[in-house]
This record gives sequence, structure tokens and C-alpha cells, in this order.
Amino acid sequence: MEPILEIRDLVKRFGGFTAIDRLSLTIRKGEIHAILGENGAGKSTLMNMLSGMLSPDEGEIRLRGEPVKFTAPGQAVSKGIGMVHQHFMLIPALTVAENVLLGMKQDRSPLFRFKKACADIRKISDAFGLDVQPERIVGELSVGQKQRVEIVKTLYRGAEFIILDEPTAVLTPAEVEDLFRVLRTLKAQGKTIIFISHKLQEVQKICDRVTVLRLGKLIGTMEMGETNPAELARMMVGREVAAPVRKSTSQGKATRLEVREVSVTENGAVRLQDVSLQIREGEILGIAGVDGNGQRELSEVLFGLRAKQSGTVLLEGKELAKPHPRKMTDLGIAYIPEDRHKEGLMLPMSIAENLISKQYRESKFSLAGIMHWRRIRSNAEELIRQFSIRATGPNHPVGQLSGGNQQKVILARELMLNPKVMVAMQPTRGMDVGAAEYVHERILQAREQGCAILLISTELEEIMALSDRISVLYKGRIVGTVDREAADLDQIGLLMAGITSSSSVAI
Amino acid sequence: MNEEIIASYLAAAIRLSVPLLLAGIGILFMSRSGILNIGMEGMVLIGALSGVLGAHYSGGAGAGLLFSMAVGGCIGLLFGFLVITTGADQVVIGTALNLLGLGITTVFGRSLLGMGQEAVKVDAIPIVGIPVLRDIPFVGEALFHQNLLAYAAYLLVPVVSFLFYKTQWGLQVRAVGEHPLAADTLGVRVHRIRYLCCMIGGMLAGVAGCSISLGILNQFTENMSAGRGFIALSAVIFGKWTPSGTMAAALLFGGADALQLRFRSFGIQIPYQFMLMFPYLLTMVTLAWFSGRNRQPAATAAPYKSLANRNT
Repeated sequence: MEPILEIRDLVKRFGGFTAIDRLSLTIRKGEIHAILGENGAGKSTLMNMLSGMLSPDEGEIRLRGEPVKFTAPGQAVSKGIGMVHQHFMLIPALTVAENVLLGMKQDRSPLFRFKKACADIRKISDAFGLDVQPERIVGELSVGQKQRVEIVKTLYRGAEFIILDEPTAVLTPAEVEDLFRVLRTLKAQGKTIIFISHKLQEVQKICDRVTVLRLGKLIGTMEMGETNPAELARMMVGREVAAPVRKSTSQGKATRLEVREVSVTENGAVRLQDVSLQIREGEILGIAGVDGNGQRELSEVLFGLRAKQSGTVLLEGKELAKPHPRKMTDLGIAYIPEDRHKEGLMLPMSIAENLISKQYRESKFSLAGIMHWRRIRSNAEELIRQFSIRATGPNHPVGQLSGGNQQKVILARELMLNPKVMVAMQPTRGMDVGAAEYVHERILQAREQGCAILLISTELEEIMALSDRISVLYKGRIVGTVDREAADLDQIGLLMAGITSSSSVAI
Repeated sequence: MNEEIIASYLAAAIRLSVPLLLAGIGILFMSRSGILNIGMEGMVLIGALSGVLGAHYSGGAGAGLLFSMAVGGCIGLLFGFLVITTGADQVVIGTALNLLGLGITTVFGRSLLGMGQEAVKVDAIPIVGIPVLRDIPFVGEALFHQNLLAYAAYLLVPVVSFLFYKTQWGLQVRAVGEHPLAADTLGVRVHRIRYLCCMIGGMLAGVAGCSISLGILNQFTENMSAGRGFIALSAVIFGKWTPSGTMAAALLFGGADALQLRFRSFGIQIPYQFMLMFPYLLTMVTLAWFSGRNRQPAATAAPYKSLANRNT
């Protein structure tokens, strides 16, 4: 197979930091090539250079044997390179056709012909099985549909070479399958695809070859058939990645948290219905389910952020009346929110300030409302060391940390409370293998210390790896609970799609 | 009420809506490209003075208009440089522009054109009546016996609509106002478009100023725009960022202004200061009522820097 794209000794620096360090890489025509690497490995920088958003400091990029130099995004587009960004570059207020046509000339006239645009888009959509409706407003589409609009955008511009940046991060499992079908169609029609990811299973499923980057350097390129996930993980992280180990068992221990028939409605729609669950001391209960089936509501009810219509929550046998976040914190319930930027942290504030944000009232950190900065700082220094948070010091603004280090700040803050119960919502979302491994270790450590943990995640692998028992949430109901030993991936997958043995008969 | 009163009211309503419409379309260009221009009031004042200066020194209203557009375009580009290239806060720069506009026009108006009764008067923009049509009862005077700027302003509405919704350039402007990064990845020159919109906005501010100084009063007086730049901004919001909506809102506010003047001549026993408040009160009420329900261009007031510029 002939090479379509060659990269030789590429270097990109940002100030004193080298994001891409003498990278060489060859992409063959008609392949699906994975670029694997942790956050900060240089994947995005590399792709931004290929798509013309950034220009390299040294080295050369050869497209079909010709050296190319892009100084603006439009130039890469005109050479047939299309990019599908992780955060979609779509304008929600405009129609699909307007989004696709933006920046293009339909013909010589300066007019924008909506009907002609729609017809052209339909043609492309049909040819590649994309099912895109050009008249619709982009803001009304689902995430999967938006992604297909992005693909149409590249195809409309005549892309032969399509770069997908973390395309599965925002998709549901069914949408991922759909995307893979589209990618296979594209490949069959001779397109070359670069697939950027840090999810090993997906890469293995769809890609022909794989290149691993670490800290801006090339670690290796190989055929997918000649490698395995364990080896790839080792290459990405730079050391052996061990599966999390659990020591003790929670069998026979006392029930810490009990939820009895809790129901939540919002604007007349049922979000949770008669949810009951129990978590013992030192136990992790995993809640599996596709995003948006009541997970957020459940975690918010438990932390007192949301009112429930009926039902009771008991902590160590005592009912939690009039729940309120501060009260929950005082009672020993820790909470790791789903969105660490919007809910978890105050990004412009320092690590030290974020770490005491749940305990600043205590005499340890303030006296009669006056902050005890020396103790606050030494507390932060201690936790930065304990959790190996990569930062310049306690005054480092949290917003400037990487996602993994931000999550460590949240973990440190919550675990510093010595919680009896921890509600962890998507604790490793958007994090790379190494950082996720660390978070898992800490969660298991809390379990060993007797904390009862409710782990809510849409990543089934994460649930399977950590939980003692697994419940599946579907449309606000618990549709099944299984012990980890008895858990069967296929069965849980069916439950997540709402198919229980009784309902499948009914259908 | 007889026909004469109604006809003269309608004519006044349209006449008073013209500055609002012109300034509103100027703001529309800028805000559709993602630039919040609260400095329109200052721009209009500078335009009003430049128009009179141009007319005074060259001897014709047409030259005054051209001079005012040139000055307005330059002010627009200056505003653009500050908020686009340097990325300064658009509210702060807009406020500064209002203060600058009031100060600079007061100083130069007094020193170059004189004050009060001695103030220089210049030729007004000619009023053109269209034969036959102007004799239609009630609306004839209002629609077909106005100055040239009024016709131009209302003709601009379909032209700008066509530009925004039927041309590729219009699509680019709308995209830049919503999501400049996305537009950039598709090869749209974000800054160029924003500069152009600022320049057009400034030029229209100049014309709007002329429509007050050369179109209604044929002289310059201090702070003669009297908040019309702000009312124009409300007209854009009330008009949901569309040319025709802006036109409807300009008519409504112009109508309120004309009504306020009529009240006084009817001799209704309310202190005239309360009458004066009427158009502004109407503006506030409509804004309070409608602004929450509208969606402004998503990138409003957010400076844009390309990825390459951001990192280095």
C-alpha cells in the first residue's frame, strides 16, 4: 500500500515546552490508523498541525509525496484533509446545509443557494449511508447526528483524508457502533482515516494500524493484529498497568446507606421511580446505564442538591430529613460531581482554597471567620504530596491544571473528610489510562477503609472492574442488580438497553 | 381626529424612525458578526457633527454626508482595532466611545460652528415628494414625502436581508457571530469579516447622525442624538437581530417619539418632562419584556484569537 501522508522529524514548541519532539510517521492510503496516547501526549497538537490550525517549528509534512506547509485551516481543507474535532465545530443556530457550506463557494456567484446545497448534501449523505437531513437546525440534532454532519462537512470539501479526534468520547454505545459502520463505508470507498483515541478496545475494533505517542515522542507504530491491549496500554503509560486489586470483602458488614423507594419528577417527567438500594460498609455499588437515565438525579438526591417527591434515605439506619449539601457533608457524605469544571471546582481559585472549600468553617482552618492561611497552606502542601498533584504549589490556580490533576484535587478534598459514604459520578470521565488508574486506586483504598461507595459510570468496564455489586438504571428505575462474580457483560448490556427477560417476552 | 393630524403624525413617526433604523442596521452588522456596540450613541453624535462640518465647509449636504460616512468608517475601524485586534472589553470601549463622542462633539461643535442662536445652519438633505403617490390620504405624506435618507434607510432593509440570508458573505457574517472558531476551521477570515462589519457599522452611524443633523434639524446642537444610539441598540434586540425586526422596532420607537411631541401640542396637562420620558420608558418596558426570550448571536462580545495566536 502506498503512503498518502508522511511526517518527518516534526517539532512543535510552545515557549520552552516541546509538545511534539522529532516525530516521524507514515499513513497508508485507505487505512484506518489509530493515534493512541494519554492526555498531553501531543495527539491534538499533531492533528492541529495536519489540519493547518498550527504550523510546525521544524520538520516536514508530505502529502502524496509533495511537501506541504499549512499556515491557515483553509489550506489543509483544499488539499483534501478534513478534520472532525472532538468539540464539534458546528454552529447550533444555523441549519445543517449552512454549516456544511460555510466558507465554501458553491459556484462563481456570491449567492448562497439553499436548495442546491441541500440536494448536494443529500447526495453525499446517501452515498456514505450517513442519514443527514440538511434542512434541520444543528442545535436540535443529537450528538451522533452532529458528528455525521461533521463528516459530511469534510466529504463535501472533497476530503480524501479524514482525521477524527476522540470521536467516541461523546457517543452512546449504539452511536459508537453506528460510527464504526460509517467509518467502514468510508474506508471501503477509499478514504484514509486517522482515529485519535485513548480507548484501547475501540481502537482494536476498528483500526488497521496503531501509532502510540507519549510526551510528544513516537513510541511505536504497528499492525493491529500484532499487538494486544496490554502492550498498547504499557506503551501509552510507560509502565505496566495493573488491574485494580481488592483485598477485603464486605460480606456480612453493616448497611451504611439505604435508599427506599425514592422517586423524583421534574416538570412532570419522571426521572427516578421507586429506586431502592443498599450499600454496606466497605462496599462499592456500581450503577451502570446509558447517560441520562436518572444517574444525575440519583447522585443529586443523595447529596441533597435535589428534592425527592417520595421515599427515604437512611444513613446508618437514621433517616436523613431535610437534606442539604452542607448537612450531608457534615454527616460524612462525600460527593464527586459529574462535571468537575462546572460543579466540582472553582477554577480561578488556588489549589489550597479549593481543598478547604468544604471545611473552611472548621476551627482547623479559621477562627471566628478569619482564615488561618498558614494551616491552609500547609494542609495543601501535604495533600499535594500525598496525591502527587502536579502543580507549582498551593497557590497554583486549579483551572490551569490538567484534567487528571483537577480530579486529584477533588479526590483529596473529599477524602480529607474521612467520609462514611462517597457518591462518585463519572469519576474518570475524559481522563487517560494512567490518571484513571490512580483514581481507581484511591477509590478502592477508601473502600478498604470502610467507606460505602456509590459509583455511577457510563463506562461499563469501569463498573465491572471496581464494583462489588452492580445495579442497572434504565429510565429512572433499577432494572436489575447482580453480584460482581455473577455479572455477565451481555446481560448487563441488555439491561442497559431496557430489555429485561420479562419485558422481552412482552415485546 | 382629522386626516391632517393623523397624516402629520405618521409622517413625523417615519421621520423620527429613520435615525433609529440607520443606527440599528449599523449595530446589526456589528452584532451579527459578534461585536457588541454600546458605543453607537457616541458614533452617531460624531456622525451628526461631521455631517454639519462637511456640509458647512463644502457647501452641500451630499458632501456632508460623504464626510460623515468617512469619519464614521474610521471610528468603526478604530473600535474594531481595539476590540478585535487588541481584544479589549467591548463594554468598556463602547462606554469610552460614548464619552468621547459627547466630549469631542461638544468641543468642536462650539469652536467651529458656534453656539445657541448663532450656531451655523446648513442645507438640509432635500425632501423629495413622489407625485401622485404622495396624495394618497393618510399615508401619502408619511411614505412618499420624506427626505432622501428616509427612502434610503427603508430600502436598506431588504438589501441587508438579502445580504445576510442569501449570500455567502452573509452566511460567513452570521457564522462568525455564532462560533468564530468553527468558522476559522473552515477557512473563513474571522477578523477580516469583523473589521468590515465594524467599518460598515461606523459608516451607517455616520449616516444616522446626518439623518438627525442634516435631515431633521439642519444644524448641530450638543448631545442632539439624545439617546437614539441606545434606543437603536434596543431596536436590534427587540427586532431579534433581523433587519425587518429592527425596522419594525425602529418604527415603534419612532412612533413613540412622535407621539410624545404631539402630546405637547395637544396641550394635555402633564408636565412635558413626563412626555419626554415616554419613548425611553417604552424602550425599557419592551426590552424587559422581550430581551429574556431572544437569543443573541452566541459569540457576542467575545474576542476571538486563532489557535496559533493563542498558544504563542
